[in-house]
Amino acid sequence: MSKLSIRGVEKTFPGRPGSSGATAATRALEPTSLEVADNDFITILGPSGCGKSTLLRIVAGLETPSAGEVRLDGQPVHGPGPDRGMVFQSYTLFPWLSVRDNVCFGLRERGVPRAEQLAVADRFLAQVGLKGFENHYPAQLSGGMQQRTALARALANDPKMLLLDEPFGALDHQTREVMQELLLGIWEQHRKTVMFVTHDIDEAIFMASRVVVMSARPGRIKCDVPIELPHPRSYKVKTTPEFAAYKEQLTEEIRVETIKTLSMEA
Amino acid sequence: MADTVSDPLPPQGGGGRRTALFTPLKPVAPALRTTLGIACFVLFFLGWGIATYGGFVKPLFLASPGDSLKAGWALFTEFGFAEDIGVTVWRVLAGFALAALVAVPLGILMGAFKPVEAFFEAFVSFARYLPASAFIPLLILWAGVGEMQKILVIFIGSVFQLVIMVTVIVSGTRTDLVEAAYTLGAKRDGVVRRVLLPASAPQIFEALRLVLGWAWTYVIVAELVGASRGIGHMIIDAQRFLDTGQMIFGIFVIGVIGLVTDLAFRTLNARLFPWAKGR
Repeated sequence: MSKLSIRGVEKTFPGRPGSSGATAATRALEPTSLEVADNDFITILGPSGCGKSTLLRIVAGLETPSAGEVRLDGQPVHGPGPDRGMVFQSYTLFPWLSVRDNVCFGLRERGVPRAEQLAVADRFLAQVGLKGFENHYPAQLSGGMQQRTALARALANDPKMLLLDEPFGALDHQTREVMQELLLGIWEQHRKTVMFVTHDIDEAIFMASRVVVMSARPGRIKCDVPIELPHPRSYKVKTTPEFAAYKEQLTEEIRVETIKTLSMEA
Repeated sequence: MADTVSDPLPPQGGGGRRTALFTPLKPVAPALRTTLGIACFVLFFLGWGIATYGGFVKPLFLASPGDSLKAGWALFTEFGFAEDIGVTVWRVLAGFALAALVAVPLGILMGAFKPVEAFFEAFVSFARYLPASAFIPLLILWAGVGEMQKILVIFIGSVFQLVIMVTVIVSGTRTDLVEAAYTLGAKRDGVVRRVLLPASAPQIFEALRLVLGWAWTYVIVAELVGASRGIGHMIIDAQRFLDTGQMIFGIFVIGVIGLVTDLAFRTLNARLFPWAKGR
């Protein structure tokens, strides 16, 4: 049985009535179905505005689908919950909490004793390489460090799934590559089921066991490419011919969609 | 980190130092900041001195700085002005505390829960425009001329403004922080207490500082009518004897107290919310 099952999920954002500012309803997501196996690392690749973030937010329970349903371990998803840890593109650390207390947040909400909270937080902070920054405030950290903290915060809850919405999108290229390795390393160790949304082709191939390509708006799944690169992967895999072949294939797929998006806007 | 971000470069060529100093949004050195702040006061007193000592304005209309100071000394030594100050400060703090006690929780509820906002918003917006001073005759009828009446004027003047401000602040909490809290397992109660509240706290504190300033306007208005003690009452008394020195000194004392409380609020804000520094 699959870990996550997305069945016929679609999303239409209602239009705005009114004589001057009226807008038509926007179809963000065509009926979409996707099965994600346990321990899968799925990247959802698509041009901007293709509804990939909407799909992820529906899985997170932050948006309700207009039709269809999402099941995690056979249980229907009705709203956000700690079983699906999320890392956002924007920096969402609580600015009034120290790095350590940010990581403790979910544990505290669940009533875990303080001593245990601290032990868990320090373990995950060490794992993302932030030992020594426990008492810093988020504003004192760089973007990459903030996203590492956000990752530790999501992992500390021991979720069934990790949902990532372009978490490295705001980082510079070099930092982003190191972050990809870090995340991949954590996945290779914990084997969480991961759903990762991105528009970066290299990023999508490098980390994934499956790349799901989405079409231009209204979004739907265009193709599903299993990535059979060996693990553990190092950054060096990016210069292999196998990687290049995947990149060529996906570049073609995405290019068509991007051109479609552009012509739609024109 | 914020402090590694370099200042915007001043435009090149010509102008020199002054252009560099007046580059838009460019901060000034702390020492220069203090000097400029003091310079404004110095200039103010200088202008006042020239107008009065120079004989440009009659002493009946405007007392000189020296005379005002002398009048102030007399107020403290002969007329028990310290007690007036104490009474006024107490009224301000009582009215303000009462307003905060009602407005902050209500504003938080209105900001967090939209049905509560829908229920109260129209009424509060209406009530906000009722001038507190217009209530003085009614309040005298209801509460007499005692302390309660003065406190109620301040309460009415502050509470509605504060409710609206707190509502706007809480409503403006970043939704992505709220969403993050939900995905971490927070429930409704946790989101209100441990996201909306701490996220809004520094700005609520700032709103309190502003409203405390307004409370000072209301207390003087309240004391101009039917009071037997207080700074406002002293000013009205002084008017009877055309003692502009005392009037000016009274107004000045209010300004000084305002400056001190403002400074106290700022210091406390920085102490309580170090994470919000420079935002």
